[in-house]
Amino acid sequence: MFRSVDEVAARLAETGYLASPAVATTVFLADRLGKPLLVEGPAGVGKTELAKAVAEVAGARLIRLQCYEGVDESRALYEWNHAKQLLRISAGRDESWDETRTDIFSEEFLLPRPLLTAIRGDDPKVLLIDETDKADVEVEGLLLEILSDFQVTVPELGTITAARRPFVVLTSNASRELSEALRRRCLFLHIGFPDEELERRIVRLKVPGLGEALAESVVRVVGALREMELRKVPSVAETIDWARTLLALGADTLDETVVRDTLGVLLKHQDDILRAAAKLDLDAV
Amino acid sequence: MTAAGVTERLTGLVGALRAHGLRIGTGETVDAAQAMEALGFADRELLREGLAATLLHGTGQRPLFDPVFDLYFPRGVGAPQGEPTNREDLRDRLAAALAANDRALMGQLAAEAVDGFGGYGNSPTSDGWSSHQTLEWLRPQTLLARVRTSVRAEGGGRSGFTDRLLDDEIRQRIEGFRRQVALEARRRVAERRGRDELARRAIAPTADRVDFLFAGRAQLAELRRAVQPLARKLATRLAARRRRASRGTIDLRRTLRGSLSTGGVPMRPVLRRRRPVRPELVLLCDVSGSVSGFSDFTMLLVQALHDQFSKVRVFAFVNRLDEVTPLLVHGTADPEGLGTRIRDEATLTGWHGSSDYGVALGEFAERYGDAVGPRTTVFVLGDARTNMSDPNLPAVRQIAQRARRVYWLNPEQRSQWGTGDSAAPDYAELVEMHECRNAQQLSALVGRLLPI
Repeated sequence: MFRSVDEVAARLAETGYLASPAVATTVFLADRLGKPLLVEGPAGVGKTELAKAVAEVAGARLIRLQCYEGVDESRALYEWNHAKQLLRISAGRDESWDETRTDIFSEEFLLPRPLLTAIRGDDPKVLLIDETDKADVEVEGLLLEILSDFQVTVPELGTITAARRPFVVLTSNASRELSEALRRRCLFLHIGFPDEELERRIVRLKVPGLGEALAESVVRVVGALREMELRKVPSVAETIDWARTLLALGADTLDETVVRDTLGVLLKHQDDILRAAAKLDLDAV
Repeated sequence: MTAAGVTERLTGLVGALRAHGLRIGTGETVDAAQAMEALGFADRELLREGLAATLLHGTGQRPLFDPVFDLYFPRGVGAPQGEPTNREDLRDRLAAALAANDRALMGQLAAEAVDGFGGYGNSPTSDGWSSHQTLEWLRPQTLLARVRTSVRAEGGGRSGFTDRLLDDEIRQRIEGFRRQVALEARRRVAERRGRDELARRAIAPTADRVDFLFAGRAQLAELRRAVQPLARKLATRLAARRRRASRGTIDLRRTLRGSLSTGGVPMRPVLRRRRPVRPELVLLCDVSGSVSGFSDFTMLLVQALHDQFSKVRVFAFVNRLDEVTPLLVHGTADPEGLGTRIRDEATLTGWHGSSDYGVALGEFAERYGDAVGPRTTVFVLGDARTNMSDPNLPAVRQIAQRARRVYWLNPEQRSQWGTGDSAAPDYAELVEMHECRNAQQLSALVGRLLPI
């Protein structure tokens, strides 16, 4: 898909995703080595966006499996269409049982869920398994066969192997340790907060109306907040929100009043707001 | 580098990482080699990211990986080119680099500084390079005012809102330079002493594997930052344990509802959910100097987990005991000052300042005995060093009888228990005592022991 790391960065940038060198390198390797990519990092740094951007670059279909507590085989992999099978059985009353049995366990009665969909067909696909840590441990076992061999075993049908390997991205917020077996099958990428220069470019790209000087100030204040001991430090998503807020308010420079009034966009806990205000020498909020 | 040389480098790197407790299989090493082939050696930072992606499995491993990588794939070899410089000239150039925030130039200056001022000893066996000596010579922290003036002058004297951030930003840049000097000194030593040994010895373990009793200020700060994510992880683990514990009678209504998708045949029985009973928690924390780092961290962790329990009460003691629950509730806003505030505002000491478990535990049993009931789990945090006074075993027995469970978390190494004035073996006979030396052990214990 890609020839060099620079090409990855350039083509991702065309879709509006500015990748750090770490991100570009790992995406390049995931493509080259044909391994799934496990992305961890704080909320709002663009883990899911990365999968979307890769899909757009590759001209591939994005198939998304959103994990949650209690997601299971029938929601992730495949399910037999029981109602249709019952109809089929009652429609063909004169058939022998053997005929019926081979018929009702055919592809026609199979409802493919995201994981199976990603494996079938030969068009390019990007499989996004979002918030893997929210799923139960049992689901990880389900993923292992797909991630290492890109195949799915359906007992009644046999093993379905991918004709064309999808580009797999797993994201995790680290609310639970994923098992070692799952991690071993993936390339690991931690997306942290971007450095000052990259974040400034992101803000300029996402909020084009914002002036150069103001964008720089915004990024510096956010950087300072991230150094404090807060319950929840602002992420890139919050930086962009804040920049949009400032644009909407028509502020052209930062001053105490503006920062004080809009701190709630960046920080989501009252404790944090008070603490940040004290550190930034704002008057009482 | 030759092909064999590269392979050897890679396996050496993997070996050093394994020596630090990372579990890296042969499969990952092969992946790493493929990554090296795909990326080439033209760009060192790309190589770093590529190896990190293939070899590492978690975020916490990166601080360990970076210094090891720097040893095995150094930026350069030998002394830097150029004339040896004098101190003032170097400081001038450093100030300019700091003002411009030019990382590459700062790295170059770090190399020059270590070369010029970091060497010590003159026999081939005992000489080396010291980052400490270099920094003492150069004193980069004294450049703050100068850098500030030059940055302001460059900005044309416009003073905006962000001006107040400048000092902290410059301090961070100086801190970055100090790290570069340490890195450079280590690289030079490695050339003389051999990489493998240095990689095993001279690289600090990650913060969650540092002993509480020996953790420095910076490491404690790092641990405090880790409290919230750790609490989230533990809460998930507790929820999973709760779910798994709910085995019981079949819930007929929900089983039938679920059977609709299988044509009325109940394929999956649904179990009745047990009513959640939130357990109560009591913490008794020794906050005397020797173990305060451990206690503070554990208190913050338990406070962050408080919504998992119906009631959490925290008591602190040195040789007298006082309830500190309200201090802790407000303390989350300022975790750094928590320990100081507890020691200032609560009555923890009587006639002397050293810890006395006997008196404190007796006082708890007497004054706050009703805090402990059949639904309460009690955690005692401390090293059980009684300073030769009476351990007051009857009080512990009384607490243990009344509570559902009592656990004692001891930050000392198990082999130290019972040495000197430690009453640990006596207490361990009455209550379950666990060794809890670092954050990693603590989170494993908390995830396992906390009542569900």
